[in-house]
Amino acid sequence: MSPSFSEATRARFERMLARYPDKEAAILPTLHLAQREFGHLSGEAIDYVATLLGFTPARIEGVATFYTMYNRKPVGKYHLQVCRNLSCSLMGAEHLIEHMSRKLGIKPGGTTADGTFTLSTVECLGSCGTAPVMQVNDDYHEDLTEESIDAILDGLRQEHG
Amino acid sequence: MELVLTTHFGNDRYRHADTYEQLGGYAAMRKAFSMPKEEIVAEVRKANLRGRGGAGFPAGVKWGFLPKDLSRPRVLVINADEGEPGTFKDRLIMSRGPHLMIEGIVITSYALTIHNGYVYIRGEFVREAEIVQEAIDEAYAKGYLGKNILGSGYDLEVTVHRGAGAYICGEETSLLNSLEGKRGWPRVKPPFPASVGAFGLPTIVNNVETIADIPWIVTHGGEKFASLGVEKDGGTRLVCVSGPVKKPGVYELPVGISLRSILYEHAGGMQDGKALKAVIPGGSSTPVIRADEIDVGYDIDSMQKIGTMAGSGGVIVIPEGTCMVRALSVLMNFYAHESCGQCTPCREGCGWLARVLRRIENGEGREGDVELILNVCDNMMGRTICPLADAAVMPAQSFIWKFREEFDRHVRDKKCPYGNTF
Repeated sequence: MSPSFSEATRARFERMLARYPDKEAAILPTLHLAQREFGHLSGEAIDYVATLLGFTPARIEGVATFYTMYNRKPVGKYHLQVCRNLSCSLMGAEHLIEHMSRKLGIKPGGTTADGTFTLSTVECLGSCGTAPVMQVNDDYHEDLTEESIDAILDGLRQEHG
Repeated sequence: MELVLTTHFGNDRYRHADTYEQLGGYAAMRKAFSMPKEEIVAEVRKANLRGRGGAGFPAGVKWGFLPKDLSRPRVLVINADEGEPGTFKDRLIMSRGPHLMIEGIVITSYALTIHNGYVYIRGEFVREAEIVQEAIDEAYAKGYLGKNILGSGYDLEVTVHRGAGAYICGEETSLLNSLEGKRGWPRVKPPFPASVGAFGLPTIVNNVETIADIPWIVTHGGEKFASLGVEKDGGTRLVCVSGPVKKPGVYELPVGISLRSILYEHAGGMQDGKALKAVIPGGSSTPVIRADEIDVGYDIDSMQKIGTMAGSGGVIVIPEGTCMVRALSVLMNFYAHESCGQCTPCREGCGWLARVLRRIENGEGREGDVELILNVCDNMMGRTICPLADAAVMPAQSFIWKFREEFDRHVRDKKCPYGNTF
C-alpha cells in the first residue's frame, strides 16, 4: 500500500504550507513530516511527497539525499548518533563509540538484529561544552561516560520491551 | 561587568513571554516603535555590532545594503544553523532566552520595513525549535507578531524553518537555497542577498546572537554598546569554551578580553593538571594558535593581527599529549563530509586532505606527503564559490605551520608517537 499522511499530519502539512510563498519552500518541512510519519523516506514516500507538492520524484530525491538527517533506509527504533568531531574526540568520543559498538554488537552504520538500535557517528551537534554528546532520536544526551551510556541504552531497551 | 544577553538565563521561566516581559523584555520594542526608523539603524551602526556568526561584518552596514526603493518586499532571515564545530551559543540563546531573538527580529524588521521573517534552525536542534516555536506563538498571542503590532499598523509574520543536517547551510546563500527547498548549494555572488536573497527578494541574514543584541542596543543606545567592547568591535560576546578545561561552557564576556583570561579565569584552567598545547580560537575553521600565543585580545581585529580569527566564538582547547595529526585528521574528515560538492577544488581537495592525513596518522605516510597537503591547500584557497574550502585550508595550513615536526615525525617513523588514539 502506498503511504499517505494521517489526518493529523495532513492538517499540520496544510498549516505549514500556508507559511511559505510557494510549494518548493515546503519540501524540507514536508520531508520532515514524512520521515516522522513513515519512519524513513522510502521510494514510495518520496513519490508521495512529490505528488503532494507537485514536483517530480527526482527533484524531491535530489533534496532528500543532500541532507544527512533524511534516512533513505530504515533505522532502528532508537537512532544513536554519536558526535565524532574534535571537541567530543578530545573528551573521549572515540572510546565511547568503540564501547557502544562492543555493547550492541554492531559497527557504526549498523542496526541491531531486533531493530531496536541503529548506531551512527555524526559531525558536530553544536553541544561541545558538554562533550561527549550523542543524539538519540530527537534528544541530546550530554557529558557522556561509559556508565551513563550503559544506563541510557539499558533504559531504552527496557522501554522497548 | 555589564551583560547584554545572559543576565536571566538561569531563570527557567525566562523563555516565556510573561517572565521575559516582567524582567524588562519587549520594552525596547515599544521604544523602537516610537523612534524614526533611520534612528534605529543609526544606533546599530554606532554600536559597532559585528556579525556573530563568524564573518564579523558590521550589522548596521549590512542593513544599509538593502535597495532604497520599497517596491519589492524584503525578508529577514535569522541564521540559527549553528554548525561550526566548537560553537554552541545560539542554542543557549534559543533555549534560555528565545524572546531576546524574537524582540530583536521585531525591532529589526520594523526598522527595515520587513514583513516576513524566517528563523532557519539546524535540523538536529529539535527541542530548541520547539522552544522557539512556543515563544513565537506567545508573541503572536500578545500581539507582538502578526497584524497591526501594538496598534502601529505594522505587520510581521515569523516562521521557523528547520534544516536537515548540512554544515554548509550556515553559509548564508546556501541557507537561502535550503529555505527555498533546494539543495544547500552556495550561490555565486553578486548578486548579494541584500538585493536578491530569499525567494528572489531583498534579504538580510543575521546570526541569532547578532539579532538578540538589538533590543539592548535600542534600550541603552549604540554608544553604550560600543563602549563595552573595543574600537570597531562593540558589545559582549558569547564565548564557547570546549575541551578539557575545568569549566567548559558559554561565557558572556566583553569583546576584547584576553584569551588567557577566558581560558584560565572564566573556564577555570586545564583539567587534571594538564598543560595547554594549542587553541583553535573561533570555531574549527580558524587557524590554530600555540599555547604561548594566548595573550591576545579576543576581538576580531586583534585576533586577525596574530593571524587567526575570533570567528563564531568557539574556543577549542587542545591539551599537551594530543596528537595534532590526529586532531587535524578529525577536522578534515568533517570538511570532506560537509563539502557540498559544487566546486571541484573543495569537493576533491577536502577528500585529499582527509585521505593523506589519515595515512600519515596510520603510519603509512610517504615522503612528500606534508608538502602534498600544503600544495592541495594552495589549490583550494580562494578558488571556490563559498568559503568552505578556505575553512578547511586554514586549520590544515596552520596545524602544519605551527606543529610541523609532529607531521614529519609521523612520516619518518611510520607510526603515530601518541599511539594512534586521543
